[in-house]
Amino acid sequence: MSRRTYRALMIAAEIAVPLAVLVAWQLWTVHANSPKFPRLSTILVEFQHMWLFSQFGAQVVPSLIRIGAGFAIGVAAGILLGLPLGLSPLLRKLAMPHIEYWRAMPPPALLPISVILLRSIGNTQKIAFIAFFCMFPVLLNSIEAVRGIDPTLVDTARSYRIPWSQRIRRVVLPAAMPQIVAGMRNSLALAVIMMVLSEYFAATSGVGYVLLISKNTFQLGPMWAAIVLIGLLGYLLNALFLLAERRALAWHRGWRAVSPE
Amino acid sequence: MSAPTQPIVDAGSVSFSAPASRFRISWSSVLLPTLSVVGALALWELISRTNTISQRDLPAMSTSFRALWSLLQTGSFWWAFLDTVRGWALGLGIATVLAVPLGIVLGSSEFAARAFRVPIEFLRPIPSAVLIPLLFLTLGTNLKSEVFLATFGAFWPLLVQTMYGVRDVDPLALDTGRSFGLGRVERLTRITLPSSVPYIATGLRISSTVALILAFTAELFMGTPGLGQKVNIAQAYGLSDQLFALAIAVGFLGLAVHLVVSALERRALRWHPSQRQDVA
Repeated sequence: MSRRTYRALMIAAEIAVPLAVLVAWQLWTVHANSPKFPRLSTILVEFQHMWLFSQFGAQVVPSLIRIGAGFAIGVAAGILLGLPLGLSPLLRKLAMPHIEYWRAMPPPALLPISVILLRSIGNTQKIAFIAFFCMFPVLLNSIEAVRGIDPTLVDTARSYRIPWSQRIRRVVLPAAMPQIVAGMRNSLALAVIMMVLSEYFAATSGVGYVLLISKNTFQLGPMWAAIVLIGLLGYLLNALFLLAERRALAWHRGWRAVSPE
Repeated sequence: MSAPTQPIVDAGSVSFSAPASRFRISWSSVLLPTLSVVGALALWELISRTNTISQRDLPAMSTSFRALWSLLQTGSFWWAFLDTVRGWALGLGIATVLAVPLGIVLGSSEFAARAFRVPIEFLRPIPSAVLIPLLFLTLGTNLKSEVFLATFGAFWPLLVQTMYGVRDVDPLALDTGRSFGLGRVERLTRITLPSSVPYIATGLRISSTVALILAFTAELFMGTPGLGQKVNIAQAYGLSDQLFALAIAVGFLGLAVHLVVSALERRALRWHPSQRQDVA
């Protein structure tokens, strides 16, 4: 088999397998005829009916706002705390036990507590909950990234008497950025999960809420439509982030390409 | 050894633990974290006792730990604890058994990897929590659902790490093995598997945390027996002392899982200290 036919076959498989999965789902559900597993066509019709776009503003937008705000606050807090912790061994020693404990905490354990302490079941509590757990990947990566910066860089900047605020902005932050961005990608995936969890618990709007309510009222079509929507949301946010990352870190990729490890 | 004024650079990575500091490590690396923890606990006590946040919302630190202490003396707490650990262990175990062989297949065949790329890329970012309502209706509120959820969540990091690990095997080593006449199976067990162990170990560490979170989540939202169910009950009856005590306990369980798996990972990688990459 020539190289070209092999490549063509591979691309064919890449297209055929997902299609086969979808067709198999449709055939199996037609055959099983179970209300718990509606046909693919039914799900798609339901999806279009609910989310394009009659309930989009009422349910999807609140969820997106929560993800966006929680993610932004979590990332900002992670970087702001991570830089000083990365630079100072003293601060690290003071903070590490707390970081180790809270990052290992299964998030849902704090859902009831967050409702009690923040006296809120609305955006305040949801955003705070998402932000808190989004903070950790960025925080840990920032600390590690700053610790890993080539000391020659920092020392050079210091010997040129570049003031510390400039040193942080021009040397430390750019050098740490690739690893911080890797943390941000994990945080974004976490943000979607935390959004769903927080909307399962004491919520009045959002896609997680719709999912739970559809289940509770045995509306299986809408339930599946919500599952598909959240899956798409996770997929699209990740894809968007990768796109943005490629643009923002183009300088880094170019640099890596010419200088081997 | 003299105390170096500059950090030591070795093999491309920067080591901040200069040899001389190893002798000073003892007091500051034990005392400072201890002080910091004691300080935080004291602050918690103070905030609650002075009613900065009312004691009904935030039980004092001492109250919460007393509640934890009395919980630890009940059998039902330990049964719940075992239920959670069982859900975690089964989920992680099944995920490992499924994901590692599949990852080896997908990692060693470019064709298979391309064929399943789209379904994997699409299923992986799906938050496992969306399956909860579905599991409610299909498997029911029992251990099966809990294990399914934990398995589903733990499967993806392990699969992806294994794939990357297998793909990252030094082709020179494989070719050498081939020219020494090693068969397919031997190449797999002697070259591919050992050299992808670091990746698989990292995947196992990530998955172990995910599996615990999902086992707990299943208990909290579906009411399968375990610590999550206890939190749900404490919340429903407004027992905030117990709520905080349980959260503390769950936090320590998470910490224990993380520390144990990290220690195992370090042990497994003692022979292979470099070349470890977090790709998930």
